[in-house]
Amino acid sequence: MIAYFISFLIIGLPICWAEWTMGRHGGQRGFNSSPGIFNAIWKHPAAKYLGIIGVIIPVVIYMYYVYIEAWCLGYAVNFLAGNLEFDSPVQSARWWDTFIGVNENGSALKSFGLEQVGIYLLLAFVLNFILIYRGVSKGIELFCKIAVPTLVLLAIVILVRVLTLGAPQANQPDESVANGLGFMWNPTKHILYVGAEADAGQFEIREIVDRTRIAEIEKAAGKAVPFRLVTQPVSKGEMEGLSEEQIAELVPPRTLEAQLIPDGDWVHIMTYRGSAAAIDPKDDDESIAEELTSILAATGGAPQVKLEKIGIAEQLMSPELWLAAAGQIFFSLSVGFGVIIVYSSYMRKRDDVVLSGLSATSANEFCEVCLGGMITVPAAVAFIGVAGLAGVGLGSFDLGFKVLPLVFSEMNIGDQAGMGNLFGFLWFFLLFLAAVTSSISMLQPGIAFIEETLRLDRKRSSALLGLITALGCGFIVYFSGGIKALDTLDFWVGTFLLFVLATIQIILFGWVFGIKRGFEEAHTGAAIRIPGIYRVIMKYITPVFLIVIFVLWVLTSVFGVSLTGGDAKLSGYIVDLFVEPNHVAWISIGLVALLFIFFALIVSGVQRYKTFHKEDA
Amino acid sequence: MTTGGWIVLIISVGTVLTLFGWCMIKVMTTPDEADHLKGVTDHTPDE
Repeated sequence: MIAYFISFLIIGLPICWAEWTMGRHGGQRGFNSSPGIFNAIWKHPAAKYLGIIGVIIPVVIYMYYVYIEAWCLGYAVNFLAGNLEFDSPVQSARWWDTFIGVNENGSALKSFGLEQVGIYLLLAFVLNFILIYRGVSKGIELFCKIAVPTLVLLAIVILVRVLTLGAPQANQPDESVANGLGFMWNPTKHILYVGAEADAGQFEIREIVDRTRIAEIEKAAGKAVPFRLVTQPVSKGEMEGLSEEQIAELVPPRTLEAQLIPDGDWVHIMTYRGSAAAIDPKDDDESIAEELTSILAATGGAPQVKLEKIGIAEQLMSPELWLAAAGQIFFSLSVGFGVIIVYSSYMRKRDDVVLSGLSATSANEFCEVCLGGMITVPAAVAFIGVAGLAGVGLGSFDLGFKVLPLVFSEMNIGDQAGMGNLFGFLWFFLLFLAAVTSSISMLQPGIAFIEETLRLDRKRSSALLGLITALGCGFIVYFSGGIKALDTLDFWVGTFLLFVLATIQIILFGWVFGIKRGFEEAHTGAAIRIPGIYRVIMKYITPVFLIVIFVLWVLTSVFGVSLTGGDAKLSGYIVDLFVEPNHVAWISIGLVALLFIFFALIVSGVQRYKTFHKEDA
Repeated sequence: MTTGGWIVLIISVGTVLTLFGWCMIKVMTTPDEADHLKGVTDHTPDE
């Protein structure tokens, strides 16, 4: 969280203020799209072409974002219909796979039933375009005025429910909300290792967050501690819907337990959830379980435990942490998307950009830190534990669509029957509302670009953008196998181009527009002043920080260089393109390139961009 | 959860709440500030 807050101060706020200021400046000169605004700020023929990135990003992200939006709506409806009662992560993951069509290209569009994504996608797509067609004020703003307070209210209701869960399963006292909060907020990370007597650091098991458990393991460290692997039966839920052959392939989950205190309780350390490779391969867990079994057998059930502490300073030295924090800031504040710059272009000359920008970012932070962050992980840990969470995955889709439905299913147990479905519906409907507010905001830059460059009215611009995004979205949904198209576009556009655009924007503000002029422009009509230190931050620190992070990101995520001294391994995204060419990955990149060429051809013909600086002089 | 965890949680959430609350109060109490924010009565050039 320290890296996150530092990133907020030196990336989030500076880019936010730069976007608001440059957007209003461009708007005052009659430009409402990124190419027009960039061209108005930088007197160079390349400016308008760089601005195209600010149109590509929201348009392409919209193409897959509306698909994810449809998942949220589908989950909300299916919770209401009582179709989502899972008793294992495998079952939950399998429902998600079938719902969105992960197993086979085109499978998501084969039928339009309640448990397929197709109908929800259609509804979400139409809703977005109705809202965008109505305009910024009557559509987008009116919807947000109703939806945002509603989602905050829903989030508060769910937050109260989650924070009062305690330890919902009496036989699993470690699986509690407090430990969920510890997983997120403990400044020092405690990693438990188990291994043979000669090398206790042989297997990293998981992070330990509970204060009492940490003390117990510290006492037990270096001593031979009794362990046992308990094989559990495969649950009925995991077998549901599977053929006999698939059931035969299922590996029963095994629980590793340790007796940390002599003659004390057996403490649950980790659950290994084996399954058929075709459904949910967990090779690493499987191999760990196998090797642990052999160690337990060889040492008479007495390997050692080791607890490694990773302090704050050590964590802050990790480039991966900064990369993750910066990426999170881009998404949570919507900076570097090419969206804020367009909306601020509609402001009047003396409308406040400094307080507006700060208010918008603080509201985003409130929703992310105080609401979202306090709900998702604590709820997941309360029901499936830190070990269970690690077993399913911590990715956005894993947590949101595989773990949380399981959490809500668990809430249905006993006298709480039906409550899980209600809270599941509320949560996913909340996500749907939040996603709609984001997706409609992503359409406006495209509309503004078409209106400005092709001189079309809103109706025709909406229709043209609707056609472009429908084709793109159709491609992404059709190639749903392994979510390859979505994943490729999210990496190259939703991450790579975001870094590029954010860096261009802050350099434009600090070095082309000029810090002195930029601050004067920002302070016009402002109720508060940007602290003087931000002159240095916005001119030097933010661009350098972004470039360093970007280079590290390219090295680690694109070329697979290990910053901790391990072997370099090419990223899957590079492998998909150049090593083992994947046609879906290539078509995805081709789609972006085609859009860029199309937009560049349009931009090259706009006379106003060419004559602006002559007129302005 | 450790004591350090509780401290980090309280400081982080407290900072965000304070910043958000301060912004809201500033917007509400600064004279004419509401006029400087975009409202549903305003229109974009294409409306």
